[in-house]
Amino acid sequence: MEIVDLLNALPGAIAQGLIWGIMAIGVYITYKVLDVADLTVDGTMCTGGAVCAVMMISGHNVWISLLCAALAGGLAGLVTGVFHVSMGIPAILAGILSQLALYSINLKIIGKANISLPSHQYDVLVAMKYNKGVPLNKNTIFIVSIFTIVIIAVLYWFFGTARGCSLRATGSNPNMSRAQGINTKVNIIIGLIISNALVALASALYTQYQGFADINMGRGSIVIGLAAVIIGNVIFGKIFKNFALKLLSVSLGAILYYVVLQVVIWMGFDTDLLKLLSAVVVAIFLAVPYIKREYMPVLMTIGKRITVNRTNKEIITKRMKEEKISNGGAK
Amino acid sequence: MLQVNGISKTFNKGTINEKMALNKLSLELDEGDFVTVIGGNGAGKSTMLNALAGVFQVDEGDIIIDGLNVTFMPEYKRAKFLGRVFQDPMMGTAANMGIDENLALAYRRGKFRGLGSGITHKERQHYKELLSVLGLGLENRITSKVGLLSGGQRQAITLLMATLKRPKLLFLDEHTAALDPKTAATVLDATKKIVDKDNLTTLMITHNMKDAIAIGNRLVMLNNGQVILDIKGEDKKKLTVDDLLHKFAQASGEEFTNDRVLLS
Repeated sequence: MEIVDLLNALPGAIAQGLIWGIMAIGVYITYKVLDVADLTVDGTMCTGGAVCAVMMISGHNVWISLLCAALAGGLAGLVTGVFHVSMGIPAILAGILSQLALYSINLKIIGKANISLPSHQYDVLVAMKYNKGVPLNKNTIFIVSIFTIVIIAVLYWFFGTARGCSLRATGSNPNMSRAQGINTKVNIIIGLIISNALVALASALYTQYQGFADINMGRGSIVIGLAAVIIGNVIFGKIFKNFALKLLSVSLGAILYYVVLQVVIWMGFDTDLLKLLSAVVVAIFLAVPYIKREYMPVLMTIGKRITVNRTNKEIITKRMKEEKISNGGAK
Repeated sequence: MLQVNGISKTFNKGTINEKMALNKLSLELDEGDFVTVIGGNGAGKSTMLNALAGVFQVDEGDIIIDGLNVTFMPEYKRAKFLGRVFQDPMMGTAANMGIDENLALAYRRGKFRGLGSGITHKERQHYKELLSVLGLGLENRITSKVGLLSGGQRQAITLLMATLKRPKLLFLDEHTAALDPKTAATVLDATKKIVDKDNLTTLMITHNMKDAIAIGNRLVMLNNGQVILDIKGEDKKKLTVDDLLHKFAQASGEEFTNDRVLLS
């Protein structure tokens, strides 16, 4: 438990958090903007990496590979969208179906359960060993930060356009949107495409970072994405009102998530239990608004509740006694 | 302007809950008609407006707006011709978007929504002027989220949104029913002003018989998914609430037993 170990691990945690932050921004678009819980991402979080790794190994340029990874993710989003809006399948189920289908597709892309993409053989943009001790323009944290800033800037612009506004309206009030001539079905599909393209891009970066793509790398990623969205919202929600800052808070939420995870590991927590821990943490954070609304008023008035109950009981027993007496009198 | 030829709609067909909401309903509106629609609960008033707006497809009949047969047109495309205000103040606006953004959404109704700006500075000035006419002080908080406003303010904004681009038809579905009497009067006043100014062809559902008589140039009564009364012009001006109740009994063969109607 040397503090130096933790400090040494921090750049890695921040880099991972930044990459997952891009993924979480994708989750934010569906979960918060469109009000659709999209589980496709568990599959897309592998698809992007698979496409990128296979393409780079077959000699393609890293940028082309990233672009194709994002396109593949967008395609997965399109399929979920068609399942949902054109075939009437509930969003959660549509996402689960795509996710399952993607497992087979990802296997076919990679050709086996995993594939390595060593950073010393291929010209990767980001890698674990570039976390520190390299010039700034090769530094992973720097490069992923630039990615994040550009993505936030583009999304900020897009959600201010006529189309972007109509997407936000679709998530906020679909009935009103249709009454204002907005094709809500098309908008949901567009949102799912953008979201999954971002997730796949994050997946491609993550594959380069860790040096391999694995068929299971996406499992449970929706939970991490949601954790980032919720942590960002809980911590920065009060001060960050602007849309761009809200997206930034999602990225910061992801970083925080990975830093906390690193601390927990450093403290000697059994790493087998990490996913359990993540699920519990997300469950608690998701429950916070409900707990505030339902249980806090009870807790705040607990003293009064006890007295009121006691008095009521006394009145009831007193009345029953009186009734008995009057009944007895009648006899 | 509007021609409705024998439209029918049955919900939950073939089940125990089967309900014929519209029964070969026909109606014709001339340009500039301001029609108030009354009828008991379940008479088909809201169903009629929703059918005309394309919320669902009708089983039979035709809906023709300004010469164009829109029977098979999806709701979002039909919206180009229509302005709608709903009973529920929550229904007509996007709660977590600003007043200005909501108006900008309505301003782009019927236009392709591309990658142009979602709202321009010039538009904002225009919206401010329009809002100041309402007299609710909303022009000073134009970027406030609509979710923070009261029901009456939201209805006023929805009304503005419905008429921002002059619609061929304005549908008002009991749009003052969820408001307190004073606010309802304000919103109704604003409605009359806007309809008069733009000479809009309007269908207004109401439960208030006095309003139904006092407002507009024509009154239509629905029962069991059909038009059972259609009174216009001079006849309408002479109408009283008692007349209406009597005519309802005559036309439908039953008493008008709706507490909300009798009490209002």
